[in-house]
Amino acid sequence: MSIDQNTAARVAKLARIKVEQDALPALADEFNTILGFIEQLNEVDVDGVEPMTSVTPQRLKRRVDEVTDGNQQAKILSNAPDAREGFFAVPKVVE
Amino acid sequence: MSDLNKLGLASARDALRKGETTAVELTQACLTAIDGADALNAFVHKTPEIALERAAAADARLQAGDAPAMCGLPIGIKDLFCTRGVPSQAGSRILQGFLPEYESTVSQNLADAGAVMLGKLNMDEFAMGSSNETSTYGNAISPWRRGNDAAELTPGGSSGGSAAAVAADLCLAATGTDTGGSIRQPAAFTGTVGIKPTYGRCSRWGIVAFASSLDQAGPMTKSVRDAAIMLGAMCGHDPKDSTSADLAVPDFEAMLSGDIKGKKIGIPREYRMDGMPGEIEKLWADGADMLKDAGAEIVDISLPHTKYALPAYYVIAPAEASSNLARYDGVRYGHRATLAHGDGITEMYEKTRAEGFGHEVQRRVMVGTYVLSAGFYDAYYNRARRVRTLIKKDFEDVFATGVDAILTPATPSAAFGLGEMTDADPVQMYLNDVFTVTVNLAGLPGISVPAGLDKQGLPLGLQLIGRPWEEGDLLNTAHALENAAGFVAKPGKWW
Repeated sequence: MSIDQNTAARVAKLARIKVEQDALPALADEFNTILGFIEQLNEVDVDGVEPMTSVTPQRLKRRVDEVTDGNQQAKILSNAPDAREGFFAVPKVVE
Repeated sequence: MSDLNKLGLASARDALRKGETTAVELTQACLTAIDGADALNAFVHKTPEIALERAAAADARLQAGDAPAMCGLPIGIKDLFCTRGVPSQAGSRILQGFLPEYESTVSQNLADAGAVMLGKLNMDEFAMGSSNETSTYGNAISPWRRGNDAAELTPGGSSGGSAAAVAADLCLAATGTDTGGSIRQPAAFTGTVGIKPTYGRCSRWGIVAFASSLDQAGPMTKSVRDAAIMLGAMCGHDPKDSTSADLAVPDFEAMLSGDIKGKKIGIPREYRMDGMPGEIEKLWADGADMLKDAGAEIVDISLPHTKYALPAYYVIAPAEASSNLARYDGVRYGHRATLAHGDGITEMYEKTRAEGFGHEVQRRVMVGTYVLSAGFYDAYYNRARRVRTLIKKDFEDVFATGVDAILTPATPSAAFGLGEMTDADPVQMYLNDVFTVTVNLAGLPGISVPAGLDKQGLPLGLQLIGRPWEEGDLLNTAHALENAAGFVAKPGKWW
């Protein structure tokens, strides 16, 4: 599997990272190096092997479904690059 | 007492309890050492006011005879841990200015145990790196040098600032985190001890996430005893982390008898890599002899899927990272790019992430995005998770034959020079983790113990891998190895 510049551009778009056009060839090359390394996994016989979901066998803990936290609006907004009137502010999303 | 900053946790604790020094004196000695070591770029946010306030409180508790395990002991905290009101950037520009409103469970546990926080330590950005060269703060620099050669060396990564600070006696110990070797590799490079506990031993709550199924916190210290003391203070069940194990925490220090008679130590043949330097091979053989002389039985073992650990890791870790790092969108915290007229929310995301993430982080997020994308999820991500199952089974099979611990080299080489790997392809850097990454994939505890010097005078470490949840037994075996190796070298002070 070889990654071309169009695929590199698509991946950058999916990852929401702006990559300039002239940086795409080098990026595609790096992807190909890393994916070439990963290709070794195809040598392994994984028939009938379950994909790991949890490295430590455990049943996730449960708790009563009730509110345990909240009323921290000021704390939650304290690190926002732009907060107004108790909300996070972002550029216009809907025309 | 002089040179208080050179003490370890156990000796400082004992001196405090005998009234031979105070927590404030210890803390001041460390703060002075830190101020004189800016050349190492290890401490990136200093917190002297917090340190002196906590030290005074610790002295009061010591006076009152109410001193918990780490009372008055000054330590550094890796920048990956969120600390209330103190910058916590994970070594990234994208978290510039972020001041957490909360405290990570591990750093809170340490504070509750009386530990004194001196400041935050340099690290690779989002813990992605093996040389501390991807940090937004610039490189952390090892206190070690190749003889009289002034070339700057890496302290390793990602916990490079922690390793440099402990090795240079800027603090008594430090926290680290380990996703593929980020505690054990820097410990090996700097002649310090680092343990990654079993996955689930330390709460991950409040630690900036890299790859959630692999990340674990652990101590970086000057001795195995110190590691036992500090690990005990860091771990324990936390309802805020659903993967935190609800298991009692044993008294690890009390388990350090140094007696390993009859223990079975496995030597995995697959770790004998082509092109392994002779010095590493000899160190490994010497380590096995030391354990044998201490009464252990040495057995050859096989971990057949070892070769596939790194490629599996470089699917799973970027995949999880791409998901975890999606939260850095310029909306809720940290950096937001300046937008051009007419830019909408997509441009805000894309410009913010391009400016805020460094090159290695961008690369891993994009690789992770690719392996999780439609059409490739099965071929890459699911295949890697199947291989991970096989890697874990390799260890289970070996432990089922009665093996108590596994001895391996910690790293394929001694520390390299900063900038020496710049022109290498990324895979060359990834190979640093070849001996450590299997342990994260299998969720096991692993410890790096300094065991010797190479011909250039740089530290080399050996790794011991233990059974799940048996950190106490693992620390005891490490203690026996430490006693036999008798590593006492320290870097000469040039900074």
